[in-house]
Amino acid sequence: MALLKLTSPHAHTAQSTANVMQLVLLATIPGLLALTVFFGWGTLINIVLASIVAVSCEAAVMRLRKRPVMVYLKDYSALVTAMLLGLALPPLAPWWIVLVGTGFAIVIAKQLYGGLGYNPFNPAMVGYVVLLISFPVQMTAWPAPLPLYPDGSSAPSLWQSLQMVLPFLNAEGIDAFTAATPLDTFKHNTGLLVEQLYQKDPLFSRANWAGIGWEWANLGFLAGGCFLLYRRVFTWHAPVAMLGALVVCSALFYDGGSSSSHGSPLMHLLSGATMLGAFFIVTDPVTSATSNRGRLIYGALIGVLIFIIRSWGSYPDAVAFAVLLMNFAAPLIDNYTLPRTYGHKKSRRATEKATEKATEKKD
Amino acid sequence: MRKVWDLIGGVHVPENKHQSVQSSIGTLPMPKELVIPLTQHIGAPPKLLVAEGEKVLKGQVLAEPKGFVSAGVHAPTSGVISAISDHPIPHPSGMAARCLTLIPDGEDRWIETKGTEAKGLEDYREHSPEELLNIIRQSGIAGMGGAGFPTAVKLSARQPISTLIINGTECEPYITADDMLMRERPQEIVEGIKILAYILGEPDEILIGIEDNKPEAYEALEPYLKDTNIELVEFQTRYPSGGEKQLIQILTDKEVPNGGLPADVGIVCQNIGTTYAVKRAIQQGEPLISRVTTVTGKACQTNRNYQVLIGTPIGHLLEHNGFDESQCPRLVMGGPMMGFTLEDLNIPVVKTTNCILAPTAEELPTPPPAQPCIRCGMCAEACPASLLPQQLFWYAQSQNHERLEAHSLFDCIECGACSYVCPSNIPLVQYYRAAKGDMRKLAQEKISSDRARERFEFHQARKEKEEAAKLAKREARKKAAEQARAKAAANEDGSTEGNVSGKTASSPADDIIKAAMARAEAQKASPEEQREKLKRGITRAESHVESVQKRLDGLDPEATDKQREQALAAIEDAQLRLNDAQQKLAALKLPSTRSASDSSMSSTPSSAEKTVMEKIKASPKEALEKKIATLKERIGVTEEKLAEADDESLKTALQNGLDKQQTKLKDAEQQLAETPNQLEAPTATPETEDAASVAIARAQAKVTAQASMSDEDKLKASVESLQNRLKKAQKKLTSAEAEGSEHIDAFRTGVEKLQAKLTAAETQLQQDAK
Ligand code: SF4
Ligand code: SF4
Repeated sequence: MALLKLTSPHAHTAQSTANVMQLVLLATIPGLLALTVFFGWGTLINIVLASIVAVSCEAAVMRLRKRPVMVYLKDYSALVTAMLLGLALPPLAPWWIVLVGTGFAIVIAKQLYGGLGYNPFNPAMVGYVVLLISFPVQMTAWPAPLPLYPDGSSAPSLWQSLQMVLPFLNAEGIDAFTAATPLDTFKHNTGLLVEQLYQKDPLFSRANWAGIGWEWANLGFLAGGCFLLYRRVFTWHAPVAMLGALVVCSALFYDGGSSSSHGSPLMHLLSGATMLGAFFIVTDPVTSATSNRGRLIYGALIGVLIFIIRSWGSYPDAVAFAVLLMNFAAPLIDNYTLPRTYGHKKSRRATEKATEKATEKKD
Repeated sequence: MRKVWDLIGGVHVPENKHQSVQSSIGTLPMPKELVIPLTQHIGAPPKLLVAEGEKVLKGQVLAEPKGFVSAGVHAPTSGVISAISDHPIPHPSGMAARCLTLIPDGEDRWIETKGTEAKGLEDYREHSPEELLNIIRQSGIAGMGGAGFPTAVKLSARQPISTLIINGTECEPYITADDMLMRERPQEIVEGIKILAYILGEPDEILIGIEDNKPEAYEALEPYLKDTNIELVEFQTRYPSGGEKQLIQILTDKEVPNGGLPADVGIVCQNIGTTYAVKRAIQQGEPLISRVTTVTGKACQTNRNYQVLIGTPIGHLLEHNGFDESQCPRLVMGGPMMGFTLEDLNIPVVKTTNCILAPTAEELPTPPPAQPCIRCGMCAEACPASLLPQQLFWYAQSQNHERLEAHSLFDCIECGACSYVCPSNIPLVQYYRAAKGDMRKLAQEKISSDRARERFEFHQARKEKEEAAKLAKREARKKAAEQARAKAAANEDGSTEGNVSGKTASSPADDIIKAAMARAEAQKASPEEQREKLKRGITRAESHVESVQKRLDGLDPEATDKQREQALAAIEDAQLRLNDAQQKLAALKLPSTRSASDSSMSSTPSSAEKTVMEKIKASPKEALEKKIATLKERIGVTEEKLAEADDESLKTALQNGLDKQQTKLKDAEQQLAETPNQLEAPTATPETEDAASVAIARAQAKVTAQASMSDEDKLKASVESLQNRLKKAQKKLTSAEAEGSEHIDAFRTGVEKLQAKLTAAETQLQQDAK
């Protein structure tokens, strides 16, 4: 056997990109469970549909680009995108919503930019925002949490749920009950103090902290995020910064629980897509800032943007917009947040020119 | 317990060290041949001292260090040098280099010391650190941890050293050479440390850094440190804590400044193996001819450390450990993180070979194809230098050198931690090496092109300076000549001769000088302008010739021969000038577009210079000027060299030389100023730039010469010229008589007058002589 010529290092961790993606998929399970328990089969159906679309689109594009299809499918990145989008879309959304969103995410937002690792924007969020802008009605119709179904009506079965998603099966014309989300409620609250609201609205009165169903989904994602942190899939910087900024903002504008309050920090933390965003979207390494310092800034700005859009924007939730806006800013943040390298007094700038360095040396 | 700081970044790599520490450091049978690379260190190659076919003894110097940063090599055993040729050496590129092949004679006989042992110093403290440094240098010791930097150089830091760090980390997996040395020869290592401390002037702190995965070594060393100020510091095992910079940070929280050396923060780092070698060299007089090397990996049946002679072929080493080549897809010299693969079993063990790793395919699988970077940042978390490997990778791919530089690519220590953790299996270090290579090459090219440009600009500046100096000189001379002329005119009391010569010679001379000056100014004048100017010059010259001819034609028969001659000379001059101008014009019109400034400005001065060099020989003044010229030239050369020199010592030497030359120049110039002004005119020749001006200058010279001649000389000259003229006049008279010319009378009177003048002059001369 001839001796090979290889470069160092010769050892390697067992960790692979596929492993990382699998861990992420695994970590979504608690949140997914909570969503399914409180909102029915819708989310699961979303995810299955999205996965089929994502894998087919990815395979088609890879074939078009004349790449080995299986090699790329095996990195699981398409499935992660499908999973995240499926979790973010309203359960029981019509099938074509999922199709359009996922197709757009994979083909346009990911592959047109060069595929995994080259996309400047988070594909799932691009898909989500495109849908939100194009189909606001479908996208803002969240089903009511199952415990809040009117007396006498039971939770839709899997078959009924499928019928709602795929209208051509829906001979009986079943409709889902929709209801306002906690964020909607706060957005539209005009006269009530926070305390009154919490007492009056069953969404809150029957919940522990921040809206029935929502709080558990968020706690589920938080748990998954902690698992990923523990497995060192990402660092704590971006999610902690984002959550921290959100808490600070909502505390500042809590306004003592008056009728113009935008909700308590706890409400903000545990409703909407906060935890999903913090641990599964903001941490998307491809589209976030690179250095830890950069990620702190990146995360914090997303937190601030989420609060601003939630409170004063026209959309109820804001994670997708905030993330996409900061995706734009990430390269800029990168330029100014290089770590201080060993042996250097200060950190440098990515835009530093050779001449600047020369003058710096002279000083 | 001493406080230690955490390693930044780093990774946990399966250690795989237990395999090779099961048995003690062994020895191998003598190989059939040893292949000793001439250069095994960083620095200048040493000077070969032996020839092919020569018999050598163990420890004999085969090559001695040449230059400061260099290390020699010694014969690891006695035998015959059978070849000095190119042979594959341990190098990542698999390249070949000069090696000595030594066929052992089996006697293993030491040089000089008769016995089987070399002899060292009994008490090194009786010797100065310099002496010890010299022994280390002559023993061929170079950093044995991997880099191979000559140890004596590292120990002769100019900065004060407050901390000596002995690197016992050995953080690379698999390698146990230092570990075994510490376990088995702790006393000698401690001795070595003491010697190093003595050489460094007893630094305040002496630390041995050791990872907590070597408790045996720790325990072995501890008893010998009881009454010393040497501190054994243990810290967490984490790759790459053994990197010099990393170890310094762990033990002292100091960082080696970017682009600097540990000595800049008062630290010197030495590896265990090197320390041991220093001790052997000083106390046993044993040069570096063997080292401890780990042989490990599952493709070898036995995993063990050996005391290996430098030059032992890897194949020999493996053979004695039950190496199964069919099981071993790659053979690594060094550890799995930073080692490089060998493709040839004949490659020898060198001073830096700490490990031969022969892993099976399961042990270190061949890497799967790289996937795209998902920017997960795991690499950045692992990087001990706090770089952003993913960004470096990105910019290395796009060859964005500016960004690579800004991301401090050159602070990457190529530890491989980033590649190790990368889930996408990207061979990051490979990209960095390639990018560094490219950037170094470009930088080198830039330096040389910058140098070339500087040289050129320097040349230009010098040329301009010289031109300016010449111009100034010319002006000065012109003034001097004018003064002299004025004096001459006064002396000769307005005689016809003086007047005529003054008129015909001076005005064109002025013209030429002015023209030359204008030319110098209008160096950048376009070819059209040049042509116009030349044309004008030709017209002028033509009219001048005409007028002189008219004058000649209309010359009074009474006019002296002298006048006639001068008129003729003037015509000649004018015609010369005309020719020259026409030539230049022709050159300008040549299709080869040799620009006018080319032919008139840059080529003539040098040829003129040559002529002057040839002409000038006799007069002391001219000799002086010549001397000045050469001095100036030499100064120029020296200045050039100085501009190019980047070595400090060379620079100072050059500067000294330059200073000396400049004082010499000043002396010469002063001398020149003091020498009498007499022969100034001829030196004007080189500066004048065409034949016409040469003639003018000659005329000028005559006047000046006359002006400054002593009376007697003047008289003699005039007598001579009178005699000449008389002869000519008589000839003319004879021919006129023969032809029966109507001017006979006039001629006769002329002759008579000349004779009278001559007689008068001769009488005066005689009187003066008395
Ligand atoms: S570890 Fe590999 S995949 Fe992850 S950011 Fe670094 S280079 Fe990219
Ligand atoms: S090889 Fe270079 S970039 Fe990679 S971890 Fe080591 S120092 Fe950092």
